[in-house]
Amino acid sequence: MTRPLVTSGASGLLQEEPLIFERSVPGRRAAWPRPLDVPPADDLDPALLRAVPPRLPEVSEPDVVRHHTRLSQRNYGIDAGFYPLGSCTMKHNPRVSEDLAALPGFGGLHPNQPVSSVQGALRVMVELEDALAEITGLDAVTLQPSAGAHGEFTGLLIVRAAHEARGDARRRILIPESAHGTNPASATLCGYETVEVPAGPDGVMLPESVRSLMAPDVAGLMVTHPNTVGLYETHLREICAVVHDGGGLVYGDGANLNALMGVARPGDVGIDVMHVNLHKTFSTPHGGGGPGAGPVAVRAALAPYLPRPVIQRGERLAIDWDRPLSIGKVRSFYGNFGVLVRAWTYVRQMGGPGLSWASRMAVLNANYLRARLGASYEVAFDRPCMHEVILTDRRQRPHGVETMDIAKALMDHGFHPPTVYFPLVVPHALMVEPTESESLDEMDAFVAAMEAVARQASEDPASLHAAPWRSYRRRLDEVLAAKSPDLRYTWPSPEGSASGGD
Amino acid sequence: MEGIPYVPATPDEVQRMLDVLGFSTVDALFDAIVPAGDRLRQPLGLPAGLVEADLVEAGTALAAQCTPVTAAASFLGAGAYRHHVPAVIRHLVSRGEYLTAYTPYQPEISQGTLQAIWEYQSLVCDLFAMDVANASVYDGASALAEAMLMSWRIGKGKRPRVILAGAIHPDALEVCCTYGHAGIVRIEAVPPGPDGRVDLEALRRSVGPDTACVAVQSPNFVGLIEDLPEIAAIAHEAGALQVVSVPDPHACALFEAPGASGADIVVGEGQPLGLPISFGGPYVGLFATRNAYVRQMPGRLVGRTRDVEGRQGFVLTLATREQHIRREKATSNICTNQGLCALQVAMYLALQGPEGLREVAEQCHAKALYLKRAVDAIPGFRVPYKGPFFHEFLVETPCRAADLVEDLAEEGIFAGVPLSRWYPARTHEMLVCATETSRREEMDRLVARLAAVQGGAR
Repeated sequence: MTRPLVTSGASGLLQEEPLIFERSVPGRRAAWPRPLDVPPADDLDPALLRAVPPRLPEVSEPDVVRHHTRLSQRNYGIDAGFYPLGSCTMKHNPRVSEDLAALPGFGGLHPNQPVSSVQGALRVMVELEDALAEITGLDAVTLQPSAGAHGEFTGLLIVRAAHEARGDARRRILIPESAHGTNPASATLCGYETVEVPAGPDGVMLPESVRSLMAPDVAGLMVTHPNTVGLYETHLREICAVVHDGGGLVYGDGANLNALMGVARPGDVGIDVMHVNLHKTFSTPHGGGGPGAGPVAVRAALAPYLPRPVIQRGERLAIDWDRPLSIGKVRSFYGNFGVLVRAWTYVRQMGGPGLSWASRMAVLNANYLRARLGASYEVAFDRPCMHEVILTDRRQRPHGVETMDIAKALMDHGFHPPTVYFPLVVPHALMVEPTESESLDEMDAFVAAMEAVARQASEDPASLHAAPWRSYRRRLDEVLAAKSPDLRYTWPSPEGSASGGD
Repeated sequence: MEGIPYVPATPDEVQRMLDVLGFSTVDALFDAIVPAGDRLRQPLGLPAGLVEADLVEAGTALAAQCTPVTAAASFLGAGAYRHHVPAVIRHLVSRGEYLTAYTPYQPEISQGTLQAIWEYQSLVCDLFAMDVANASVYDGASALAEAMLMSWRIGKGKRPRVILAGAIHPDALEVCCTYGHAGIVRIEAVPPGPDGRVDLEALRRSVGPDTACVAVQSPNFVGLIEDLPEIAAIAHEAGALQVVSVPDPHACALFEAPGASGADIVVGEGQPLGLPISFGGPYVGLFATRNAYVRQMPGRLVGRTRDVEGRQGFVLTLATREQHIRREKATSNICTNQGLCALQVAMYLALQGPEGLREVAEQCHAKALYLKRAVDAIPGFRVPYKGPFFHEFLVETPCRAADLVEDLAEEGIFAGVPLSRWYPARTHEMLVCATETSRREEMDRLVARLAAVQGGAR
């Protein structure tokens, strides 16, 4: 399959679009409430009322539709094409789940309704909890955390609570140097000091490294499995035993669970508590940066510490707030319920065999790309990987072409770039995660684009430094953005001189 | 594999890929990756998949076991509020370009999300009368907890104490305590006074040079408007910040904005601004502050800049605060936030405009006032607090409020939220809320039923 280069334009024409504020025309509006059917209020002291109303734009519904239609067309989503953003699992987002989440019996429920009127919603939640427990090999699940990092925070608080309940407060936590930045940030938020665990030469953690760092004040190990270089942590079973022997617990970052469903269960290997990113493995849309959901699964012994409330099982489901050992709530209500419905939908539609097949194909696709891309790019760890593979710019750097140039050039070929410069342990990384929902021809087209970029790197490196050429905007000045932050719109004053926002 | 959706590889393609890799079967590939002892040897204990038609039927059947607020006369609030959501919002945020993109790490092909979020930041600033807003946090409760931690950072550790003053939503209070578990922040609650509002004298006594911030919710948990200028004065006199939490930002279209009342950090629950009520989530935490504190802010920020051709464009900026750069020294661990929900808020505020938003807010108050006066006049029922309020109020009931709510639910009336959910001893109190969606006829029906309950109270 030969793919023409992209041309600018998402709708035949790509129109410039002003700010919503610049569309504002005094007196224009888009929404009206019903006519007031009670007397107007007469009770408020005028001194309490807002002196200067918020300066919102005055626009019509057609204005808003045009504005957001045009803006949306400046975005690249999975719907538009291959999105191999490593560690983010950009798989196809089914639309039937959008429809089900919007049913009035789900989307129209108030979280404070009598429990008798929300039985179906609670049923969705317990079925999802059970499915996540089965897939992770753990026993109990909270659906409350709103995102992966929120799940990390929740899970580490559970670790902390379990230690404190034994009168064994511990202050340090081991984290591999390849970990995502949220891991150390979450550990700090939970009051832990972090200790870096180096990776072995072949990209996986070695039991000796963990053994040498275990100490009585180490609460545990926080490990991403499969790890952030796309490899199965082959010694994890032994490593978990080392941590357990030292009185610690093992936290699993489930960001990469898409490689493991029906293949191997983290709980079986020795992980005690882990979060799962529903917006990755369970196909709920990423939404340009959320909403996601980060449920946390734990061993039975840790279940008492889960955030409250928990759902009480039975013919009639109930909400149990009486959880004396709970770490407490981590957010309002029960979690990102709309995201949970979408994940439940995915699990029910795929079924056990479908989820297992999805993981197998995600891994096969990644290995196929590893084999094909290895011809033109350096593969960081050239052996069978899991769901993603890391390339570097080592063969392109002699021509003065770096990872960032390769990423930007890919846009001109119609692709979203891989994750770049992560993980930090592989300098100049390009992390490619195809997921199972990409077809062979789509991947072949990506390989062809990567090869074309590699050729360009040796033949005409200067052209890559200027890429992308065909996107709605070309390279943006991030230094300027950080040096003089311009973080909001300021309305021009009537006289034409700038005025403050408040 | 036969019948598995969203996985396009055909058996022939699987074989071609395996051939490239030099493996005969998929299992053989996995044998080369996963140690034999770790492999799951039995199938996952999950039911087989459903075809779409059966899936829709199964989901619809479960949804049918629930009563949505649209099928009842609902007076529920306490942290989630029913407002009309313009239909166009769902259509716009369902556009695949918004829905199926991720965090805009590559700005050249993410200008849609980036410009929309920058506009969202601007709108939140206008609403709260603040200088700068972030790209969102998870919800109102976690936003308050993040504000508390941010105040602590601004105090550089010399101000370890955070004061949560007055009637703050107990769930938000609990979330703050969870976030404070690490022990670096000392949380102290100053209970409300007899009028249901912040006890200013008690607050004055509590605030000191070790105080990082005074956090207050307005309208508060029982619906009352707090004296924000006075609370700000008390906080500022001690060198502490004022943090204001807004449970329904429509209030800012009617009452004086927190930013004009001395607030240093303003957080809010964005759900009322165009999000489905959706059983408690996904919602969105609004988060705004003053320019001086922007580098201590949690979360993503979008900034305006130029591309190499000098054209306006937008990027994620000030990332040196964030976890992917600073790791354990980051201002927060937040990564994925509530991007699409923030877009919904931006669309809602634009669709309402200044007039629409004010009218919604005025109607909320007028209807709640109508209902409050009517309920207060029912013998046996009492509205204890007389202070200024927005759209929610506390009612003392002659019988157990939880029973009353259950009984009326059978008749299609969600009368209110019993306080016993949070305070087991407060059995005879409930929160009642009216918004612009409440019809006079529904309110009259509620009042008539409450009056009847009084006769035969159990």
